Amino acid sequence: MTQSLRGRAAVVGVAESDLGEVAPGLTHLDLIGQATARALADAGIAKSEVDGLFTASSYLPMAAMDTAEYLGIRPRHLDGTNIGGSSFVSHLLHAAAAIEQGLCSTALIVYGSTQRSDGGRLISPTRPDPYEEPYGPRYPLSMYALATSRHMYEYGTTREQLADVAVAARAWAQLNPAAFERKPLTREDVLGSRMISDPLTVRDCCLVTDGGGALVVTSAERARDLASEPAYLLGGGEATWHRNISRMPDLTLTAATESGRRAFETAGLTPADVDVVELYDAFTINPVLFLEDLGFCAKGEGGPFVADGGIAPGGRLPVNTNGGGLSYGHPGMYGIFTVIEAVRQLRGDCDERQVDGARVALAHGNGGVLSSQVTALLGTADALN
Amino acid sequence: MNSHEAPELSPALAHRAGLSRGELRYQRCAPCSAAVFPPRTLCPDCGSLSLSWQRSTGIGTVYATTVVRGRDGAHNVVLVDLDDGFRMMSRVEGPAPEDVAIGDRVRFRTTADAETADGDTPDGETADGNTAVFVPEEDVR
Ligand SMILES: [Zn+2]
Repeated sequence: MTQSLRGRAAVVGVAESDLGEVAPGLTHLDLIGQATARALADAGIAKSEVDGLFTASSYLPMAAMDTAEYLGIRPRHLDGTNIGGSSFVSHLLHAAAAIEQGLCSTALIVYGSTQRSDGGRLISPTRPDPYEEPYGPRYPLSMYALATSRHMYEYGTTREQLADVAVAARAWAQLNPAAFERKPLTREDVLGSRMISDPLTVRDCCLVTDGGGALVVTSAERARDLASEPAYLLGGGEATWHRNISRMPDLTLTAATESGRRAFETAGLTPADVDVVELYDAFTINPVLFLEDLGFCAKGEGGPFVADGGIAPGGRLPVNTNGGGLSYGHPGMYGIFTVIEAVRQLRGDCDERQVDGARVALAHGNGGVLSSQVTALLGTADALN
Repeated sequence: MNSHEAPELSPALAHRAGLSRGELRYQRCAPCSAAVFPPRTLCPDCGSLSLSWQRSTGIGTVYATTVVRGRDGAHNVVLVDLDDGFRMMSRVEGPAPEDVAIGDRVRFRTTADAETADGDTPDGETADGNTAVFVPEEDVR
């Protein structure tokens, strides 16, 4: 993403579908339908104006066409890039570029999944890697567990520090009526829960829920004439260094170092300028790695940074203010929800969990097994000027 | 390649042929000397097609480890950094799964060797019984 895209596009509508455990028989496309109608209403834009569609699915390898048909949209620009959970942050950057180039003017980014109603099985078009599958890793959990083991070995990161990531997420979720898990959670609860792939317990892992989301994106010029308050895209970056965990060059260093650097360069900002951070927390190690790699703390200091309420309400940095994948919800792929929450924080729509005066928000998507990293920086009109 | 020449084995099949002979094979790039694994046609470092087969010493160091726990018990999954310069997923056989530690020195053998050595058949096996696994280096017979 080049400097010229700074502030050129804005998110003008966001919405979730029904969340958690949805009514029996609802499909992932039904949830996309709900989220689309709600996001367009939020934007004050008619469905007939949508001319760009961006989506990725765990169910359908050619999801963009199925989704266009279901929604009754005839897009002149389709983007079905599927890089796992990071897809939707990537779609936001792609949409801004497409709008800037005139390929479309009103972009709709959507996702839906009924993973919980499907029985909790991870629906995935992914084929196991033949050089990993014989050893029986539990995909994707064991891959993150391997990265965790290495981070602990190199930097002394502890299970207690990781547990505090889950505890912080729960504390935020208790402020969010839409979150799926809102019961109190302590460090001891996490440490004492069932170990699945050492050193990660079931409470170090994201939830399995149903859910969908939608984003409406248009040009900054048009955004100023709409009813909703725009969240301007200030910068973004994508980076992918591997697909399978055995080919990740350094398990303690993710491509977020590159995606983040590019996003900050485009935006002309530094981590110190960010008021609220939404990170893809599939596992408790993720925020530790991403906070380091995005520059919020030094490499190896993520554990102390997140410990003892560091990223909880009232801590040093508000992270995953909706409760994250760990407590808000995780319907197969979570990336779109990082953007939805970032936009709501910038609009001041977050009630009890609102970060006062949030002007700049970071949304970070992760795909595969720490494979694809996409960072977006969003800001209010005030941050743009 | 001319049609009347015997076809070369694909990278994947050449690797498997090695395992069936008790060898752990990897590729070495001629121009840039990169050790390449898993096998492929192009060097992921420099893009060259000039890759040649090497037999690994089979000695390496555990880089990362986890214990996968399920209804059927627990098993170990590791990433091993081979001294030859490549990394692979595998498991360490012998110690209890949770006793495998980062930094442990390990040595390659195949599951066919393992069956000969101790008569059991670990889970997650490929059809021909030739999966590359590791044992603690001092335990090698
Ligand atoms: Zn090379």
